[in-house]
Amino acid sequence: MYAQKKKIAGVALIGVALAILPFVIGMGFGNAWMRMLDFALLYIMLALGLNIVVGFAGLLDLGYIAFYAVGAYIYALLASPHFGLHWPLWAILPLGALVAGMFGMLLGAPTLRLRGDYLAIVTLGFGEIIRIFLNNLNAPINITNGPKGIAGIDPLAKNIEIFGYALHSLYLIYYLFVALALLIVVVTMRLEKSRLGRAWVAIREDEIAAKACGINTRNVKLLAFAMGASFGGVAGGLFAGFQQFVSPESFGLFESIMVLCMVVLGGMGNIPGVILGAVVLTVLPELFRQWAGPMQMALFGQTYIDPESMRLLLFGIALILVMRFRPMGLLPSSRRKAEFEHAAEEGVTS
Amino acid sequence: MTVLLQADNIAKHFGGIRALKDVSLTINAGEIYGLIGPNGAGKTTFFNVITGLYQRDGGDIVFAGQPLHVESPHEVTQAGIARTFQNIRLFAEMSALENVMVGRHLRSKGSVIGAMLRTPAVRAEEAAIKTKALELLAYVGIAGKAEVRAASLSYGDQRRLEIARALATEPKLLALDEPAAGMNATETAGLRALIEKVRADGTTVLLIEHDVKLIMGLCDRVAVLDYGEKIAEDVPAVVQKDPRVVSAYLGVPYEQ
Repeated sequence: MYAQKKKIAGVALIGVALAILPFVIGMGFGNAWMRMLDFALLYIMLALGLNIVVGFAGLLDLGYIAFYAVGAYIYALLASPHFGLHWPLWAILPLGALVAGMFGMLLGAPTLRLRGDYLAIVTLGFGEIIRIFLNNLNAPINITNGPKGIAGIDPLAKNIEIFGYALHSLYLIYYLFVALALLIVVVTMRLEKSRLGRAWVAIREDEIAAKACGINTRNVKLLAFAMGASFGGVAGGLFAGFQQFVSPESFGLFESIMVLCMVVLGGMGNIPGVILGAVVLTVLPELFRQWAGPMQMALFGQTYIDPESMRLLLFGIALILVMRFRPMGLLPSSRRKAEFEHAAEEGVTS
Repeated sequence: MTVLLQADNIAKHFGGIRALKDVSLTINAGEIYGLIGPNGAGKTTFFNVITGLYQRDGGDIVFAGQPLHVESPHEVTQAGIARTFQNIRLFAEMSALENVMVGRHLRSKGSVIGAMLRTPAVRAEEAAIKTKALELLAYVGIAGKAEVRAASLSYGDQRRLEIARALATEPKLLALDEPAAGMNATETAGLRALIEKVRADGTTVLLIEHDVKLIMGLCDRVAVLDYGEKIAEDVPAVVQKDPRVVSAYLGVPYEQ
């Protein structure tokens, strides 16, 4: 009873914080920060999707961004002047999730027997195939408009006026993103505590024993790929509407690795950890980009290192530090923490 | 006496090595059936063929009156054969309770949509899975260790947990691959009592074992494999005196 009340109070507190957060950030720091906040939410959705495949089921996927691309292009094709279609958001997002989920199974089916590094290489190839397809599908029939990308996509929201007070579209987008991110969090939490969630972890722990327990590993793995991909598809659709422009170069290998870093850095398999990882890896590089230039100017009177390369440099250092001092991630799941401690104990005794 | 499992002329080869040469044996419902033989005789291979981990190269299996099509291990488990492994294969980082709950996967059917919506049916099923898993932990005698990580359990308890997980699939035949390996005398005695209890509750048991004392005391019938061939099948007292069995284990007497 007391725990129930505490839980409700906690949820309410998070709700209020999420509701007023954009005003604090928007008023205090400006619209650039609002954009970053919206991007952080997109990455949370992406990272939670990848977490199902990598964190729960233990299938290393390096081509995850392909599903983001599929979702983005579906939105771009169905709501832009490119084909003259202007479908509403609520119709496109479920479709994007569905198609991305199907692509997830398409990737999953031929890779069912692969694990670890072999799987990583195949998924990496898959991600590149999708990107190259998007790049080249402008001839003989122009579907994706090739490397030029699709511009003029319908926006997710317009600036509106409430009680004579102008509200930037970034705020409405924020609330839309928060709602969908929360939906994804709830779905992930429920899946984790279901028989399917247990089956995913069982496959990660020991695939042969999982089969012997009567788990149809083929179906359960395909389901993991499809679920993860569908989250990516939703995030991709939102990305397209948010940027109002998509081109194949947004969906390169580096993006896949970035999302994987969020999952690993935050704490694989742990939902709060993955969310933290996504926020940290969205905000920190942006901070460096904004501050690295002016700070050098103030200190030395000129810029020695280009802020863009500095960003990657510091990003690399941060990753190494985390791997050195918190190899299980910033917020590890209790299970994973035990795994590392166990390994450390064995290291001492053997 | 009804026949539970009938294996006819099972053959399996790995490249040029014939691991199983036309092995036939019959397991009756309700018995404890032992499978013994020197190292490398093909016991575990036979086990893996029966449980679908290997595809057989020849022969037929009839289980509970139905031909057993073994495309994949989970179908064998579905049909009612559950197994444990020679080198314990638990889900190391899951709790003991969760391990047994995974065993219930096959006998529950909550869908992905149901799990997302957390429908009353799914909640009820989840509660039933947990109750059943706790019962099974108590049944094998590790009720107090439900929340302990499987890898942290003692060796004997890990063996018991593996049996609980196998029983969670509601098998007609429980196949144990060297369950007493590495156990001390007390643990072996406890294991023996557990296997007898499982049989008394209506589950047939197939047992591979090296511990001859355990086999002879526990099993109703024993088959002996040597170089992939069945050389004897009978009650333990007869098998023990079979000259072919003696020579398989001890070698042929030296003749001048």
